[in-house]
Amino acid sequence: MLVVLLAPKAASDLSLFVQILVIGIANGAIYALIALGYTMVYGIIELINFAHGDVFTLGAFLSLPLLGAFGLTEGKSSGVSVYLALILIAAIVMLLTGTINVVIERVAYRPLRNAPRLAPLITAVGMSFILEGIMYFWRGASPIHYPDLIPNPRIPLLAGATIGLKDIIVIVVAIVLVILLTVFINGSKLGKAMRATAQDREAAQLMGIDINRTIAATFFIGAVLAGAGGVIFGLYFNSVRFDLGFGVGLFAFTAAVFGGIGNIQGAALGGLAIGLVQAFSNAYYQSALTDVWIFAILILVLVFRPTGLLGMQVPER
Amino acid sequence: MALLEVDSINTFYGRVQALHGVSLSIEEGEIVTLIGSNGAGKTTTLRTISGLNPPAKGRVRFRGRDITGLAPNRVVGLGIGQVPEGRRVFHRMTVRDNLFLGAYVRNDRDDIRGDEEQMLTLFPRLKERRNQIGGTLSGGEQQMLAIGRALMSRPKLLLLDEPSLGLAPIMVDTIFQVIRDINQRGTTILLIEQNAAKALAVANRGYVLETGRVVKEGTARALLESPDVQRAYLGI
Repeated sequence: MLVVLLAPKAASDLSLFVQILVIGIANGAIYALIALGYTMVYGIIELINFAHGDVFTLGAFLSLPLLGAFGLTEGKSSGVSVYLALILIAAIVMLLTGTINVVIERVAYRPLRNAPRLAPLITAVGMSFILEGIMYFWRGASPIHYPDLIPNPRIPLLAGATIGLKDIIVIVVAIVLVILLTVFINGSKLGKAMRATAQDREAAQLMGIDINRTIAATFFIGAVLAGAGGVIFGLYFNSVRFDLGFGVGLFAFTAAVFGGIGNIQGAALGGLAIGLVQAFSNAYYQSALTDVWIFAILILVLVFRPTGLLGMQVPER
Repeated sequence: MALLEVDSINTFYGRVQALHGVSLSIEEGEIVTLIGSNGAGKTTTLRTISGLNPPAKGRVRFRGRDITGLAPNRVVGLGIGQVPEGRRVFHRMTVRDNLFLGAYVRNDRDDIRGDEEQMLTLFPRLKERRNQIGGTLSGGEQQMLAIGRALMSRPKLLLLDEPSLGLAPIMVDTIFQVIRDINQRGTTILLIEQNAAKALAVANRGYVLETGRVVKEGTARALLESPDVQRAYLGI
């Protein structure tokens, strides 16, 4: 169906088609980074962490004062030193959002771990509002300009379409982080402990795994990726707002479900899919209908594949 | 001093009391079996020892140390391995990863490799399937994996919960042979079994549980010859 819709458009103007493709992939990469946090947390404790989108926003917000502290100003800073500073800032932000998320888990979710499902879910909604409230209080309600620090020369692709340097950076960073995460989850001792805990918490305990530590680590890693996503979002779109995480978070969560919740590769794929649908719908049809498209496709996928594109990975009981 | 001492424990599931003052002790090197019908409290006793269900009253001591109320992951670290009811292998992880996780409490990387090889030798069926996902193994293979996984922590005491349940007769014999082997290599064993005849055949001593109470204890031979036990559990 998608091919039927897109093929004639692509044939009539290949340049535009490729251009949209680039936008879609770049946006999808950001969704993917956030979707991973949703999917990891759901995979291990079956909680939809509504506050996750706001941890993403927090990443962008926390990086703003750091940019100033490192003397990065729009239009004045350039060269390799900018990138080095940005990498350092991103690392600090990732550490901060990771730590904050661990605290959130400890305070708001862990005490409710054996409570009925609905209790932590509502707490998560509450946590989302608390984070948004804090950011509102801190920087106000209007959109905040995020310094445009990365030059965006266009590099020619095919058929006259171009790709910006920013697009490349976003896509590369996302791919690298997803690969690192996959290697970590599959290969490291902690990664294996996380998978074991997700599959059978009691059996994991009988292996000597400290599930509290493992769950905390999951929240940490999810938020590290979200924090990175926040910084990248700021640098890419140059505008952030306190309630950004609500919308972006919703789409990222949808991406996680789309790909098969609990499934790392699924979340990455789902993010990409939603970014692409969004970009094509915005460009070829009406942006008013974009959300309709996204959720119509989501519903269709779930009707025919209730476990998402790559299959759900939740503990079987 | 006994290796494990369970001293009049009361354990609850919610408001339901499952154990009423259960006491038992295990000496180093023994195979001790708990027999009893469904719901007698055998599994609960094991779960209380391993820390999954802490008792409301009573103490559990391991090598003289009070381990009552200790988190399960700490209990494993002290040297009590458990093969849980229903095997509970990690279904979406490979045989090798399952074994690797069994050694989670250990830090001696090289020895872990060696032990992994040893487990694969002990269970040749697993060797052929070392890179297969746990969920694709047969029931008997999963049971072997669950036992191998528990042994990877090098436990002093191994708790086995119904290792023969749901297995083909030939596999049941294999599992009991393995239990004997493990014990001969120096691991003390607490075995829960529905198959009382087989359990008493490998065990040194046994306890009979009924509705959460120990109603009889003695050497395996004495229990095998006891008319009550014969009537209730051996179908004689």
